[in-house]
Amino acid sequence: MNNSLLVVVIASGVGYGTPLLYAALGELVAERSGVLNLGVEGMMLVGAVMGFWTVQRVHVGSTAVLAAAIGVAALAAGAMALIHAFLVVTLRANQIVSGLALTIFAGAGGLSSYLGNDLNLSGSPARHQFTEPLPKSLQDLKIVGPILFGQSVLVYVSWLCVVLVALYLRWTRAGLNARAVGESPAAADAMGIDVARYRYVHTIVGGALAGVGGATFSLWLTPQWVDGLTEGAGWIAIALVIFAFWRPTFCLVGAYFFGALTALPFALQAHDVHISGDLIQTIPYSMTVVALVLVSTAVARRRLGAPAALGRPYVREER
Amino acid sequence: MRIERRLEQPRWLSFAVPAAALVLATLLGGLVLLVTGHPPVKSFRRLFEAAFTANGALSATVVSATPLAFTGLCAAIAFRMNLFNIGGEGQLYGGAITGATAGLLLADTPSPVAIGAMVLAGAAGGALVAAIPGFLRAFLSTNEIITSLMLNYVVGLILTYLIFDTHSYLRDTKGFQAQVFPQGKTLPESATWPSWTIHGLALPLGFLLAVGLAAAVWALYARTRFGFEVQVIGDSARAARYAGMRTRRKILAVMCLSGALAGIGGASQDGDFRHQLDPRGLTAAGYGYAGIVIAALGRYNPVAVVVLAFGLGGLQNAGYTLQSADFPAGLVGVMQGLILFCALGGELFVRYRVRFERRAPKPAPVAPEPSR
Repeated sequence: MNNSLLVVVIASGVGYGTPLLYAALGELVAERSGVLNLGVEGMMLVGAVMGFWTVQRVHVGSTAVLAAAIGVAALAAGAMALIHAFLVVTLRANQIVSGLALTIFAGAGGLSSYLGNDLNLSGSPARHQFTEPLPKSLQDLKIVGPILFGQSVLVYVSWLCVVLVALYLRWTRAGLNARAVGESPAAADAMGIDVARYRYVHTIVGGALAGVGGATFSLWLTPQWVDGLTEGAGWIAIALVIFAFWRPTFCLVGAYFFGALTALPFALQAHDVHISGDLIQTIPYSMTVVALVLVSTAVARRRLGAPAALGRPYVREER
Repeated sequence: MRIERRLEQPRWLSFAVPAAALVLATLLGGLVLLVTGHPPVKSFRRLFEAAFTANGALSATVVSATPLAFTGLCAAIAFRMNLFNIGGEGQLYGGAITGATAGLLLADTPSPVAIGAMVLAGAAGGALVAAIPGFLRAFLSTNEIITSLMLNYVVGLILTYLIFDTHSYLRDTKGFQAQVFPQGKTLPESATWPSWTIHGLALPLGFLLAVGLAAAVWALYARTRFGFEVQVIGDSARAARYAGMRTRRKILAVMCLSGALAGIGGASQDGDFRHQLDPRGLTAAGYGYAGIVIAALGRYNPVAVVVLAFGLGGLQNAGYTLQSADFPAGLVGVMQGLILFCALGGELFVRYRVRFERRAPKPAPVAPEPSR
């Protein structure tokens, strides 16, 4: 039962979907405040390499070092996001170009490769990695066992993050202010909200979450450092935010759906069905295009569209 | 400190600011090297030698610069219209697929015909990929940034699929090497693009095409009604519509032109350099994204794009050459990113004036505007 195709695909879809979920949540937080950050891939890779470095070089207990690694990953990726925030908020640069620059700077062939090589990280397995913490009896339950209970702490923390982000955006004053900044910075400014500060904070927090997503690869899924190990997950995360209509809860569903599509070809091969993984992998991207077309119809845009000020710098004097 | 918009942008600034950005990026890169315990001056000298002054380095730099010039033009022509086509990557793949197909189909025709067909097929392939986001943007007002980005992956995966996962016409299944590791069919002799050597510097047809197309793009924007209207639409779509310009058609046309440029770059990869459809090499190179960097650095000026493609191509070429040695890997990406960050930041000083003035303790009386 637990080895049936559907259970395997869903269970591993949750695994593959988790880094996407973290990164997409981060991007969502930034985009809700009006900052489009196309540097997710780069931030994830820097998070992955720095998290892995912590695990290899810091010698304390397993739990402590893993927690520290997640913290370091978040900090490093947050620092990358700070560059983007400085450029687009303070220096009013084009958000698209700045985000792409961040991916070139930090991503594969950039800083993450530089650090991976310079700190001599590739080629050895992680000294500590995330494991499945729940008791075996729970994991062996039919169907729900592998899907819900056979996962790493990172999965459970990601659920917590979804709830927190959703509550924050929906019910707190700061969340409301952040959304106001993303929808209409001029109105927010008139209300006395510090637009620049909100955008800085949300971009950096978003980057930190992307870093955790990257560390999910190097400390759980892969678990080692390979140059460019995210293999485009950052771009899927950006797609996912649109696919989820900028809603945290939809992100969760979308992430696992996209994750399941990654898992599907392998699982099918085990059942002697050969289907091209490449072609299946095009589905998330094509579906995002379709979703985007649906969002851009007039009715939908009013109800579930992108933050109105997404991608636009805010300059008080130029309103 | 106050930041105010410039009414006029002095001409010298658009040269001085990129130059200053380059210097600043070099200093920051040196700092990165210093912090991580590498000698900066020596590393940079080796980078420069490998890119430009070593034996045969210039020819290799031209090879790296050619695709970047195409994708740079692709980005420049669209961004000029405020049309953010970041799908140069996928459009280049599209052109590589159609270009290689044309080259293989026309194996028995005279070389000029085959090459001409490859260029046209490449342009058509790139334009076709770009037409999707172009159409969606023009007629359904769907954001072209994300759709063109997503198509990069779709076309990239199809490209990989054609060689690695199926018995397509483009895949070689007979040769010894091809059975060890999947690869594309080798293009016939007639589909090999010529190259001319001047004073030891090899200039492939693709590079010359890029130079010619840069001039054509410049002329299109500076000298034709089409180019003028496109720029008006870019500045204010509403004003353009009131003036009776057909904005939707122009959006689609510019996207297709933009894609066609990247597509020819893809065909040039087949005909000039790789002589087969090479998914691994193409997807690893990231030409499309680097092209956007170049276009932004050159402030969307087609002539500047070619010059900068040469510079960044040198950097990339040096990256390949030095890869195996004890050279810090990833430095090339770091340098490219830093240059772009600095250029982007510098843009502020082109568009705005930064004034430093002491904050007055009491509100000072408003000074009268000096009369001109």
